[in-house]
Amino acid sequence: MIASGVTRTRRAFAGLALLAGGALGSTAAFANPVPWQLNMPQGVSDISKRVYDLHMLGLYVCAGIGIVVFAVMFVAMFRFRKSRGAVAQTWAHNTRLEVVWTIIPILLLIMLAWPATRLLIDMNDVGESDLTVKVTGFQWRWRYDYVEYQKQDPGVHFISSLDTESNRVRQLGSGLDPNAVKDGDYSSYLLNVDNPLVVPVGVKIRFLITADDVIHSWWVPTLGWKQDAIPGFINDNWTKINTPGLYRGQCAELCGRDHAFMPIVVKAVPQAEFEQWLATHKSAAAATAAVGAAPDGQG
Amino acid sequence: MAAVNPAIQPDVHASHDHKPHGFLHRWLFTTNHKDIGTLYLIFSLTMFFIGGSFAMVIRAELFQPGMQLVQPEFFNEMTSMHGLIMIFGAIMPAFVGLANWMLPMMIGAPDMALPRLNNWSFWILPFAFLMLISTMFMPGGGPQGGWTMYPPLALEGGMNVAFAIFSVHMMGISSIMGAINIIATILNMRAPGVDLLRMPVFVWSWLITAFLLIAVMPVLAGAITMLLTDKYFGTSFFHAAGGGDPVMYQHIFWFFGHPEVYIMILPAFGIVSEIVPTFSRKPLFGYQAMVYALACIAFLSFIVWAHHMFTVGMPLGGNLFFMYGTMLIAIPTGVKIFNWVTTMWGGSLTFETPMLFACAFVILFSIGGFSGVSLALVPADFQYQDTFFVVAHFHYVLVTGAAFAIMGAVYYWLPKWSGHMYSEKWGKIHFWSSAISVNLLFFPQHFLGLAGMPRRIPDYNVAFADFNMLSSIGGFWFGATQLIFVGVIIHCVYFSKQRATERVWEGAKGLEWTLPSPAPYHSFTHPPVVTAGMLAHGDVSH
Repeated sequence: MIASGVTRTRRAFAGLALLAGGALGSTAAFANPVPWQLNMPQGVSDISKRVYDLHMLGLYVCAGIGIVVFAVMFVAMFRFRKSRGAVAQTWAHNTRLEVVWTIIPILLLIMLAWPATRLLIDMNDVGESDLTVKVTGFQWRWRYDYVEYQKQDPGVHFISSLDTESNRVRQLGSGLDPNAVKDGDYSSYLLNVDNPLVVPVGVKIRFLITADDVIHSWWVPTLGWKQDAIPGFINDNWTKINTPGLYRGQCAELCGRDHAFMPIVVKAVPQAEFEQWLATHKSAAAATAAVGAAPDGQG
Repeated sequence: MAAVNPAIQPDVHASHDHKPHGFLHRWLFTTNHKDIGTLYLIFSLTMFFIGGSFAMVIRAELFQPGMQLVQPEFFNEMTSMHGLIMIFGAIMPAFVGLANWMLPMMIGAPDMALPRLNNWSFWILPFAFLMLISTMFMPGGGPQGGWTMYPPLALEGGMNVAFAIFSVHMMGISSIMGAINIIATILNMRAPGVDLLRMPVFVWSWLITAFLLIAVMPVLAGAITMLLTDKYFGTSFFHAAGGGDPVMYQHIFWFFGHPEVYIMILPAFGIVSEIVPTFSRKPLFGYQAMVYALACIAFLSFIVWAHHMFTVGMPLGGNLFFMYGTMLIAIPTGVKIFNWVTTMWGGSLTFETPMLFACAFVILFSIGGFSGVSLALVPADFQYQDTFFVVAHFHYVLVTGAAFAIMGAVYYWLPKWSGHMYSEKWGKIHFWSSAISVNLLFFPQHFLGLAGMPRRIPDYNVAFADFNMLSSIGGFWFGATQLIFVGVIIHCVYFSKQRATERVWEGAKGLEWTLPSPAPYHSFTHPPVVTAGMLAHGDVSH
C-alpha cells in the first residue's frame, strides 16, 4: 500500500513535469498511453507522423484564431465597461470588416484542407502490399487471418482476447488493483491480449477489416487510424511500421457489454523474426490440421 | 410604457382575469402560450436532472480504473439514456419552452397560431419519456446501444427496443407539431411593422430551426421504423445476412442527426444575439449577416452528415466532399462569433448573470467549434473518431453552448415571467461555479481522447486514471451546482421581494419589454403600434 502510494506521488510529479512540457507543444513520441498524457502519439509509421502533424497544424491554427478573438473580446470586456464610464456607441455595421473576416477564415481553411487532402489520398492507397491480414471483430475478441505474405497463403490464423490477468481484475467488485497488472514495465490493464498480432517492420501491411456480429472498430493509435469492422463489408487500410515494439489499442465502436474489454496488441518485429514466427505457426497449424482434432477455439 | 402606448392598456386590464380556475383546467387543458411555455421549461429542467443523474453514475464508475459500481451493461444503459434524455428531453423542450413564452411577445401576437396543437405537442412528451424511462425497469433493461441506436447492436436489445422506438416516435410527433406551430405563428401573426428583417434574431433562429425540425424528424422516424420492422417483422433493411446494409442506417440516421445538432444550437445563437446587445447597450453588429449566417448554417447542415462516419469506409471522394462541406460551416459560424465580439466593442457593458452566461457561451462554444474544425480533417478524425476527444467536443457545444444559452435565457427573461428579480448574487455564484466546474469536467477529456481512450467504456487503462478523476470531480461539482439554479428560480418566483420593472434591463429593446412584468396572462390582444425605436433592430437597411 505504502509502495503504491509512493509510486502514485512520483507519477503525479512526473505528470506535472509532462503537463508543463506538453503545454509548450513539445511532446515525446509515446508509443502507448502514459499517465497525464496530453497529446496524440506521433506513432510509428510515416502516415501516423503525418496524421500527428495535421492534428498539430489544426491545433495551432485554432489556437491562433482563439488567441486573437478572445484577446479582442477581453479588451472589450475591460475597456468598455459601464462602470469605467464607457458610453455606448451606435454603429452596427461595417462592410469592409465583414468581408475581411469572411475571407481570412477561408484562407486558413484552405491551409488546412490542402495537407489533409494529400494525406487522405496517400492513406487511401492500399496497393502493393507484401502482407495481407484479415481482421474480424467478434463480441468480444478479434480474429486475425494471415491471408497473404509475399504472394503466398501462410495459412495462419488465431483469436486474440483480453489477457486473463486483466480479465480477473476487471470483474465488478474484484477488489484487485488495476495498477498491479503489468506486461514487462508497462501497466497494461485492459491493453493486453493472450495472442498479439505479430507483424514485420518495414513491410507494407494491408488490413482487411470486417465483423461477424455487430459493428466494431479496429484502432491502434500508434498506427494513426481506426477502421470500422462492419458485418457484410470488408474495409481496407494499411500501415508500414518503422520501429519494432508492442503497440496497444482497443475496439472503438460500441459493441455491447464487453466493448471495453477487447483490446488489440500489435507486436512489430524485424522481418526475419516475423518469417520465423510465421513458419513455426504454420507448421503448428498444419500439425493440428493433420491430427484432425483441433480444438476449435483457435478458429 | 403603458401610458405612452395606448394599445397596451387592454393587456394591463387583462392581467387579472381569464385565467382558468382549478389545477387541471389551468395546466392540463391549457392553450395559453405562457402556461405551455412554463410546462415545457419545468419538464426540461426535470429531464435535465434525470439525465444528469445518469451522467453522475457514468462519472462515478469512471472515477477510477477497475469496475466498482455497476455492470458494463448498466453502464451502457446509462450512456444511452443520458444521451436520449438530454437531447430529446432537456435541450429541445427547453428551446421550445422559450419559443412558446417569447415568440408571441416578441412579434406582438396574442398567442401561438395553433393553441390546441400546442397543448397536445407538450402533453405527448411526459408520456413519451415515462415510456422511455420505464424500459429501465423491464426485463433486460433499457436501451444499451447508444442514443444513436446503431444496428445490428441496437437490435440485440430485448423488449426495450419497441418501447424506445415508440417513445422516440412520440417525441418526433411532438417536435413536428411544435415546429409547424412556430412557423405558422411567425409567418402569420407578426404585428404590423414587425417585418421579417426587423424580427429579433431569436425569432429568426427559431423560424429556421422549425424548418430543420420539419425536414428531419420524419427521417429519424423512418430510420427507427426500419429498425422496428427488422426486429419484429422479418425485414432486412440493416441485416447484412439478409442483403441489408448496416451502414445505410448510419447515413439515414445522420441525415437527421446533423441538422438535429443545429436544432440544438441555432436557438442558442438567437438567445446570445438578444443578450449581448442588451448588456452592451449597443445594437447587434451586422444583423443581416447574422440572419444569413443562420440560414447558411442550416443549409450546410443537410450536406455534411457523413462526417459522423468517416471511419465506416466511404470512398475517397465521399470523405473529401464531407470534409470540405464541414469545413465550410466554420465560415458562417465564425461570422457569428466575430459579430458578437464586435457588438461588445464600443458598448457600455455590464455583467449581470445573463451576460456572464452569454460571454461564457461565446468563448466556450468557440472552443467546441475549434475541436469541430479539427474533427472535420478526415485523417485526423481517423484518430479522434469515437474517442473522448469527441465527447469533449460535443459537450463543449451542447453544455457550455446550448445549456449555457438556455440558462442565460432563463436569467434574462425570468423577471419578465415572474415579475420579480432573481438574486443577482446567487445567479453569479451559480454562473462561476458552473463555468469553472464544467471546464474541469470536459477539458481533460480532450487529453484522454488524444491519448487513446475510446468513448462509451466503463473501465480503462491506468494511464487514463488521473484525468478521469479530475473530470469526475468536475462532473459532481457541476451537477451539484445546478441545485443552486433551482434555488435561484424558486426564490425568484415565490420569495423575491424585488419587483421587476417593465423593461427589466436598462439596454433591453423589443416588444416583450413594453409589456408589464410579470407579463399579463393575455398580452397583445390588440396588435401594438410598432415604432422603429421599440425594436432591437428597427432599421431594415442593413
